[in-house]
Amino acid sequence: MARILSILVGLFFTVALAWSFGKGAYTQITEPPAVTAEHEFHKHPKDVHFASDGAFGKFDRQQLQRGFQVYKEVCSACHSLTHVAFRDLEQLGYSEPEVKAIAAGFQVPGTDPNTGEANTRPGMPTDYFPKPFANDIAARAANNNAIPPDLSLMTKARHDGAAYVYSLLTGYSNQPAELLKEFPEAKTPAGLHYNPYFANLNLAMAPPLSGEGQVSYGDGTKPTVDQMAKDVAAFLIWTAEPKLEQRKQTGWTVLGFLLFATILGYMSYRNIWANKKH
Amino acid sequence: MSFPWANEYKPSHPFMKWMDEKLPVPRLVYNSVGGGYPVPRNLNYFWNFGFLALICLTIQIITGIVMAMHYAANTAVAFDTIEQTVRDVNWGWLMRYAHANGASAFFVVIYVHIFRGFFYGSYKAPREMVWLLGVVIFLLMMATAFMGYVLPWGQMSFWGAKVITGLFGAIPFVGEPLQQWLLGGFAPDNAALNRFFSLHYLLPFVIVGVVVLHIWALHIPGSSNPTGVEVKSESDTVPFYPYYVAKDGWAVGVFLFLFAAAVFFFPNALGHPDNYIPANAMSTPAHIVPEWYFWPFYAILRAFTQDFFFIPAKLMGVLAMFGAILVWFFLPWLDKSPVRSGAYRPLYKKFFWFGLIPAMAVLFYCGGAPAEEPFVMFSQLAALYYFAHFLIILPVVSAIEKPLPLPYSITESVLGHDEGSQIRPAHGATEATHGDTAVQGA
Repeated sequence: MARILSILVGLFFTVALAWSFGKGAYTQITEPPAVTAEHEFHKHPKDVHFASDGAFGKFDRQQLQRGFQVYKEVCSACHSLTHVAFRDLEQLGYSEPEVKAIAAGFQVPGTDPNTGEANTRPGMPTDYFPKPFANDIAARAANNNAIPPDLSLMTKARHDGAAYVYSLLTGYSNQPAELLKEFPEAKTPAGLHYNPYFANLNLAMAPPLSGEGQVSYGDGTKPTVDQMAKDVAAFLIWTAEPKLEQRKQTGWTVLGFLLFATILGYMSYRNIWANKKH
Repeated sequence: MSFPWANEYKPSHPFMKWMDEKLPVPRLVYNSVGGGYPVPRNLNYFWNFGFLALICLTIQIITGIVMAMHYAANTAVAFDTIEQTVRDVNWGWLMRYAHANGASAFFVVIYVHIFRGFFYGSYKAPREMVWLLGVVIFLLMMATAFMGYVLPWGQMSFWGAKVITGLFGAIPFVGEPLQQWLLGGFAPDNAALNRFFSLHYLLPFVIVGVVVLHIWALHIPGSSNPTGVEVKSESDTVPFYPYYVAKDGWAVGVFLFLFAAAVFFFPNALGHPDNYIPANAMSTPAHIVPEWYFWPFYAILRAFTQDFFFIPAKLMGVLAMFGAILVWFFLPWLDKSPVRSGAYRPLYKKFFWFGLIPAMAVLFYCGGAPAEEPFVMFSQLAALYYFAHFLIILPVVSAIEKPLPLPYSITESVLGHDEGSQIRPAHGATEATHGDTAVQGA
């Protein structure tokens, strides 16, 4: 009885699946899905390497400082960095007075001590990076109806994080002629910019790194677009994962200990079972 | 209960004697995981995964309690409190990564544990209750993991919650009110986040309770073993301590090594990048996918693309998804073969290795892939096999299969001979099978 019931229930599900499969296969043959421009022209991020990659990777602090400079002078006009405080910048190798000076260069929201009204004041190391727009509506209004995303976690919030950031910043181009020939309706709309590294190919952000020398690096590095993109991508690896070095270093200690403990455990296991066939 | 030859707990220290009279906890420990619990001597490494699961549960509870100290279940700040834990709390990043990857490790271990049970027939008499409680633990784990994933209130948290609670909406008549009652609103919001946090904190302790019952039920008949032949005499067993404490101990070492490698060097490999974007009800992710450990069941849910007679496709998917796990409850009665171990079941073994395992692999892969062809068609075929395997093939195979001859005893399978078998008249091993079954039935 149990078997008959079980086989009936089994047939219920398998026949329903076979029916779904058959209909799906039929549709697939009679109306094969159309190929889209995104499917054909979207590119995977470029192959790019950073000092922090790999199991022994460490931040290149000089590069992080350059990347911070790019963020400060270019990106921060539109993009917030809400999870990062000025005090965190000491990890980039800045001294305490330098961090104080950097913080003081930003205006952060404050309260007038005499009237209680909202105003702004120079930042302090304990403050977080201020947002460039008061709210999402202001952000949309200033950016062709697109909200510039927060950058703190950007390299963890996209596949291939830092490589994606680097590829996107250096990937702007004109629409390929083949794309327009094959998909005339996929022409980049006015106000958007073609970028094959962006999921739907057209991006509201105008090319932010427009030419060599947009920032001037204090350490003498040549500020090419490629260099600036790499530096700011490296900086965003740090903002997303400030504990990266500590994590990897701790990891090696823990693995070393566990290896030792496991070998001891294995030896005692062999010892205890030595005379017991199993 | 235990075997008559089990060592007896004999406290020698006056304090332990005193303790044994008032509250015999040391005796309980001794008889559960000490020298007083005889275990088959021939267990292979698949039998280490129960202990590993206990380690995982412990890791999750400890790291989870620490995470809860720094977390606020409020949609306005939930995402930020997790980031603050990671950035500003001492070793907060370690707690967070250990907790997130600990869930994955727990499921890896539990899947091996469950499939060990499938292959070696661990669900069969006299261990049906152990198996049933195990399936309950698995369901509780899934609920806990799902609600835990909602707590960071990232994009996948929000949309995952929306999709999964939406499944209840497929139930006829009561679906929609039920869904709103579960969420405390029309969509996941503060009310849902709060109750998910409350339940996410509660359920692990319910799991602990059911684990106690699971182990208790296991200790009545004792552990099964790779031959599936029940323990007959003292030479078949070794005391849990020191033998299996040592074996589990070094297995824990290997497990923690791999776990630490993931936590310290690939902490985000199993997570979805979208969950590092704060929840946004106005922006739907391109592909909503649950965590990897739900993929097989998510693939089954999405495999039903057509209405079946009067049953809508969505309801079919929901029925099948829950049915795919609920069918495990009936295994002890669907598989009637008197032979437990797949090693002695030539036909069942083939269906296990060339049917169930590939079908699960396909379902795992397709559940994480976008809902596009050819993935949907693959998952339909794999899901078809999955249901056929448990509901049709298993009952039929167990009726028609001719099992291989079983060893007389565990001792014989290990040493090649067993003095105990000499006292019985000479007989074929097949007869021993029946004799063995009769003993189990008694």
